[in-house]
Amino acid sequence: MINAFTRRWLPMPAQSLILFAVWLLLNNTLAVGHILLGAVLALGIPLLVSPMQSPQPRVRSHLRALRYALMVLYDILVANFEVAMRVIGPMGRLQPAFVALPLDIEGAVPITILASTISLTPGTVSAEVSEDRQWLYIHVLHLTDEAQLIAQIKSRYEAPLKEIFGC
Amino acid sequence: MPPVIELIICAFLLLGGIFVLLGSFGLLRLPDFFTRLHAPTKATTLGLAGLLIGSMIYFFAVEQRLVVHELLITLFLLITAPVSAHMLAKAALHQKVRALKRTQGQALCNAVRKRQPPPADN
Repeated sequence: MINAFTRRWLPMPAQSLILFAVWLLLNNTLAVGHILLGAVLALGIPLLVSPMQSPQPRVRSHLRALRYALMVLYDILVANFEVAMRVIGPMGRLQPAFVALPLDIEGAVPITILASTISLTPGTVSAEVSEDRQWLYIHVLHLTDEAQLIAQIKSRYEAPLKEIFGC
Repeated sequence: MPPVIELIICAFLLLGGIFVLLGSFGLLRLPDFFTRLHAPTKATTLGLAGLLIGSMIYFFAVEQRLVVHELLITLFLLITAPVSAHMLAKAALHQKVRALKRTQGQALCNAVRKRQPPPADN
């Protein structure tokens, strides 16, 4: 009874909580008015958008997800220095390339996270996914070894994502 | 404000400024559309992080309160930067924007436009 009630009126509890927190953080206040307004938004928006949801794989291990996020942050730091060096360095020696990366993970959300990670980390930007979701096309700023790059992305990013989502 | 904190804030602002500058410099200097995408998506992210950390320390030191707007900006930036880079690259590929001549793997572009798997020999 209670279960059906919450599922009807609180379809996305985690998202509601995030929405509520972000609203209060954005306004940088704990005033009653904003708490009320935030609550209305946090309850109302999920009610509007939840019918548009498509089933997604669940996060299996939050600890692993956190570790993944920290690793990506560190890699962003490294990526910045690397790209900065390339930008100052000689243009003539740049060796850009398009690479097709075979995907092992499934589902829109895991693939999106992988593609975003690739875009934020050293010298790679994801450009397109094949229709069957088996291939991710990426543009590489400076390619030295294609096989090594693919192996690195697969072991460093795709494998942990696979464990996080269990797919 | 104690001078040590002032120095730390300066260091963060300077670091951030340098990286944002490098990002724009790359945008200007890199040879074609696809390589140009790399500079602003990456260098700018770290540059802004530096500026935002500096701003957080400043408000914490001056007004004695924790300002978290900067963390939200970082979060939104981390979500939107790769998505917009992806959309730009995708749009450019479908619009047949010409890549630098020596770009490897241009044989893939046809498959990319049709969103097909790459040709078998690859």
